[in-house]
Amino acid sequence: MAGFDKVVNTYAEAMAGLKDGDTIIAGGFGLCGIPEGLIAEIKRLQTKELTVVSNNCGVDDFGLGILLQDRQIKKIIASYVGENALFEQQLLDGIIDVELTPQGTLAEKMRAGGAGIPGFYTATGYGTPIAEGKEVKEFNGRPYILEESITGEFAIVKAWKADRYGNLVFRHTAMNFNPMAATAGKITVAEVEEIVEPGELEPSQIHTPGIYVNRVIKGDFEKRIERVTTSK
Amino acid sequence: MALSREQVAMRVAQELQDGYYVNLGIGIPTLVANYVPDGIKVMLQSENGLLGMGPYPTEDQVDADMINAGKETVTAATGAAIFNSAESFAMIRGGHVDLTVLGAFEVDQEGNIASWMIPKKLIKGMGGAMDLVAGAQNIIVTMTHASKHGDSKLLEKCSLPLTGVNCVKKIVTDLAVLEVKDGAFYLLERAPGVTVDEIISKTAGKLIVEGDIPEMQF
Repeated sequence: MAGFDKVVNTYAEAMAGLKDGDTIIAGGFGLCGIPEGLIAEIKRLQTKELTVVSNNCGVDDFGLGILLQDRQIKKIIASYVGENALFEQQLLDGIIDVELTPQGTLAEKMRAGGAGIPGFYTATGYGTPIAEGKEVKEFNGRPYILEESITGEFAIVKAWKADRYGNLVFRHTAMNFNPMAATAGKITVAEVEEIVEPGELEPSQIHTPGIYVNRVIKGDFEKRIERVTTSK
Repeated sequence: MALSREQVAMRVAQELQDGYYVNLGIGIPTLVANYVPDGIKVMLQSENGLLGMGPYPTEDQVDADMINAGKETVTAATGAAIFNSAESFAMIRGGHVDLTVLGAFEVDQEGNIASWMIPKKLIKGMGGAMDLVAGAQNIIVTMTHASKHGDSKLLEKCSLPLTGVNCVKKIVTDLAVLEVKDGAFYLLERAPGVTVDEIISKTAGKLIVEGDIPEMQF
């Protein structure tokens, strides 16, 4: 790599430095917009005791779910984990710890983490089990709870296009958590469908500026769909 | 007669107003989209980052990058916008969504809602529900009035872990339309052929019945 060129050519380079006990922040909503090849590389590396921060945990044989097969995940911070039988079993067996977090709070934890804001107050979850032990403060007569932001050793995201400088563009609803995740990693790796030269992306249309991105790799994506629903 | 799921959705659809931004939850709320009254335009928000959700795609249109919050393939309506999850919940939490319709296990007379967790059963997560009930300007809950065993779901105090507090404004059940205010359920309408006595017997929380209660009109 030279200058701002972030492109790497192997998955080993893309995930170099990942170690046991790291926190990984992952983009994606269900199986939509997930960095498939980076997840596969984490499985190949057999890194253990990981804390994974992601809206969901994939399904049994795809997405982050494959990291459950060899018990690589110690803790998951997610809003919904209902699609995954292996996850349920490991939760019941006490192998994995889960911190259920409201979806908007999770997105804001990543956003705030990447933006250097250590915590924020939100009305979401006040008076519910997730508020237990959290500071409550009233603003204009309404109670809010203090939520702490999240950063990780690694962030792994999936984008549609990147230029060599790491500027990212997402496609349709495959954007989801990816832009926030990209800001919250000490090392952020983007797996993309297409890499273009600097200058080919319209500057004002870039979703994630390259300053947040450390490594870019071109992937091949299966893009599995969880629920194909069609109309006539 | 108790309403069918479709009839509950039809009744909720009567609450829609022209120009509303609406978030519909999974289940009966999703059906509301099929009954938007003529002459009214609403924009459906899907919390994974889509404002202006269109119908399901044809087989040729299916695109893995285009899903809704239920992880179903969808299309974007004309004039739609797509954005990231933080933006999506900024508009939800910031009170910009006019109406949220969602299901529940229980609602109580203080407007508290329990919809995401049954202790000792498997916990799948709250998804965006806590953000939605904390942020929406107006929340309608759809559910059956009582369980299969006849236990009321309209309670003095929710027994299950809460999703949000003091937030439910209106409830459309298979038996009735009720408003939640001042620590009570106010009976507004009853399903065709359902008596006020039946609704009273199936409402455990404080129920206010004022004057003649009209039947729902479809």
